[in-house]
Amino acid sequence: MTAQLHLDKISFNYGERAVVDNLSLHLGDNEILCLLGASGCGKTTTLKAIAGLLRPHQGVIRLGETILCDDNQFVAPQHRNMGMMFQDYALFPHLSVADNIAFGLKAMTRVNKTNRVKEMLALVHLEDCAHRYPHQLSGGQQQRVAIARALAYKPSLLLLDEPFSNIDHQVRFQLIADIRRIIKDQRVSAIFVTHSKEEAFAFADTLAVMHQGKIAQQGTPQQLFHHPRSKVVAEFLGTGLYIDAQKQDDYHFDTQFGVVKSQQAVEGSEKSGQLYVRPHDLQLIADESGPVTVLSKRFVGTEYVYRVRVFGQELEVPVNQPEQEFLPGQKLSITITSHAVNFFTA
Amino acid sequence: MQFKFSLSSWQLIAWTTGLGLSLPLGFLIFESLQSDPQVFTHLWNTVLWDYIGNTILLILGVALLSCVIALPLGWLVAYCDFPGKKLFSWALMLPLAMPTYLIAYVYTDLFDYAGPVQIALRDAFGWQSPDDYWFFDIRTLGGAIVMLALVLYPYLFLIFKTALKEQSHKLVQAAEIMGNTPVQSFFKISLPLSQGAIAAAVALISMEAMADFATVSYFAVSTLTTAVYDTWFGYYSLTAAAKISGIMLLILFVAIIIERYSRRNQAVFERQTQLSDESLYVLTGTKAFAASAFASLVLLVAFLVPVLVLGGYAIDYFEQAWNSEFFLYAWQSLKISALVSALAIVLSLLVVYFQRLTPSPASLWPGRLASTGYALPGTVLAIAVLLPLTTLEEGVNQWLEPYDKAPGLFLSGTLFAIIFAYVVRFYAIAHGSIESSFSRISPSLDMASQSMGRSARQTLTSVHIPILKRGILTAALLVFIECMKELPAALLLRPFNFETLATHVFQYVSDEQLELASVAALFIVVVGLIPLYFINRSMEQKH
Repeated sequence: MTAQLHLDKISFNYGERAVVDNLSLHLGDNEILCLLGASGCGKTTTLKAIAGLLRPHQGVIRLGETILCDDNQFVAPQHRNMGMMFQDYALFPHLSVADNIAFGLKAMTRVNKTNRVKEMLALVHLEDCAHRYPHQLSGGQQQRVAIARALAYKPSLLLLDEPFSNIDHQVRFQLIADIRRIIKDQRVSAIFVTHSKEEAFAFADTLAVMHQGKIAQQGTPQQLFHHPRSKVVAEFLGTGLYIDAQKQDDYHFDTQFGVVKSQQAVEGSEKSGQLYVRPHDLQLIADESGPVTVLSKRFVGTEYVYRVRVFGQELEVPVNQPEQEFLPGQKLSITITSHAVNFFTA
Repeated sequence: MQFKFSLSSWQLIAWTTGLGLSLPLGFLIFESLQSDPQVFTHLWNTVLWDYIGNTILLILGVALLSCVIALPLGWLVAYCDFPGKKLFSWALMLPLAMPTYLIAYVYTDLFDYAGPVQIALRDAFGWQSPDDYWFFDIRTLGGAIVMLALVLYPYLFLIFKTALKEQSHKLVQAAEIMGNTPVQSFFKISLPLSQGAIAAAVALISMEAMADFATVSYFAVSTLTTAVYDTWFGYYSLTAAAKISGIMLLILFVAIIIERYSRRNQAVFERQTQLSDESLYVLTGTKAFAASAFASLVLLVAFLVPVLVLGGYAIDYFEQAWNSEFFLYAWQSLKISALVSALAIVLSLLVVYFQRLTPSPASLWPGRLASTGYALPGTVLAIAVLLPLTTLEEGVNQWLEPYDKAPGLFLSGTLFAIIFAYVVRFYAIAHGSIESSFSRISPSLDMASQSMGRSARQTLTSVHIPILKRGILTAALLVFIECMKELPAALLLRPFNFETLATHVFQYVSDEQLELASVAALFIVVVGLIPLYFINRSMEQKH
């Protein structure tokens, strides 16, 4: 059973600098939310404020009906019943795996503790490692101990601070899938902090992109990727090309590459602006007088990726038709396939 | 990170410790600014300037001679390959374990008119009386400089050696490819790059040289330390003693500024992450022989000869030296040292943990204040400790006098004074050692423990202390050993009829009867060897 978490206008300053600035956030039952942002955007500070490891200078944090923090009250971290998983796992080096997992189990009989530890070890498939010490485990095993320890005492909320950044790229996504399954099994809400959009896409139910101490946009990964509300979100989640455009109606846009048709209505009265087009919605075509210059090409197995320059922007565009091959220095033009366009007005 | 809750008790403990342990220095500074027309003016008009001159000459001489010994040795051991290099790289540290009064005694004994060297010379050349030949007198300022340099040079040796190993060999190799000889590249590259380290080490050596009481007292060379001692025991004037101490504080202050400044400068240079153990130059033939001979000579003179002589005494006089006095004083020293190390550890744990709970510039102050006692020379420390204790005693006695219950010298006349002084003096060792162990524990362990429902106090006992066990033991051991060796403060503060092992040995040194305390003397040397292992290890592990 987990409760809903509300952050209402949270602010935190380091000296003069506002690291978290009037931030509001909502997390539903059994939801995995990812706080995604570049380093220094305030995401870890927000996580620590939720855990109670630092006290916001302003704002209210509520878990279900309980107020964790406002101007008058502050619940100490040890009384919040939250699970936390750290970037370096923070396993206690002087305790065995079993003792690490049992660390948060209080007011329980010895038998119940033992049973709970066994249950958690089974959950993370580490039954054989109960009596080992953290330094005797691999990175992935340590991580599974950390998640078992954080879940053992049935926290009302699980917080994860960049938990995958120390894991090799090859096994990272397998681990992400494993941990996601464990969290979903335990029916616990979780907030997960990362700067990697790939991890966020693989792990989260909802994404909240953070920028300069604020939530720039919150929604499902698909919504944010396809319908970013701001250039910051659009650029953070993937590359693209800005093309000047005039809006004819809600579905048609004039550009110098012809009329682009949108599959979804774009509302708003502003006529002039820019389309932000993802590389997979672009097609390169040979054109002596085109505005696109090929800078370099590289073969990545299934296709070529061309690095091109258009209107002073540089962009990588994949091309998977083997009959089309361009040379560095060659001039090209672009056609834009019909898609649900992103139209940004100034 | 900020904890705005339940801080008050940690804060109270930390600030009480900080203020309590800095009380002596505060009183000393205050008292040294008071006027004391009689004793101090008299000293000022007569001998004080000689004492200041001697002190400064002593410091400069020891610093210079240490450079002459330690710089070539450090360079040889860091960069050259020659027979015995491995052995010398640690063995040349050993003299640090030798108390200066022991080495001074041994060489006085050897070079005296009645000593074996002069007897042998007279026999060989047929001289009859002192008028027939010239022989140096070791019991002079010059002799004291040599004795002190022989036991203090290892600080510079160790620091310089490590600094050289931190520099990339490629720098020296590049200099040589550009046409410099090894000696030229030493002066153009290695020496300038190590400037900060050298200055820091020389500042440290200067402080130790100024603090020395035993050697200058034994050689009857008057310096500021002996002046403090004599002023207290001769005139019983705390104010005059405090004023002389104030002069030493000024010198100390200059040395500390130099040390801090040099260290900061040194941090600018790029360091290697790993110490290089490969040799740049392989010495052969006469060069290799000269290197080994120089290192052997230093080791022989500074350590082996004194130890062998002491060992000889111990064998010849075993019946008299292995006696109940030795056991009694060893036991008394042990008790005091154990108590002081326990106190220093507990206090420093609490203060360092307070720093960790509230990482802000302000929370570093209790630890800094508590550590101020470390740089104080033993005699100065003793005077500084007496000031607040006697003030307190006077107040209590005045208050209780009407009821006929005046307790007398219940602080300054008891073991309390020595224990308090030792905690003031050696707190900094415990603090530094525990602070560095603490810094290796990831802060996320604290957060993990807190998020799992443990309070700050529970986290300290269930997470930090178990992890820190080794660091705590090391720190306790270092404090313990320093207490065992400490001499001047114990001489000034010990209660009537109380001796530590060190005061006991020094008593016999002064009475020219060290033979009778030779077992105790050897024991002090052996105890002093233990911290060298830790110093060496921490230097090697710094990276």
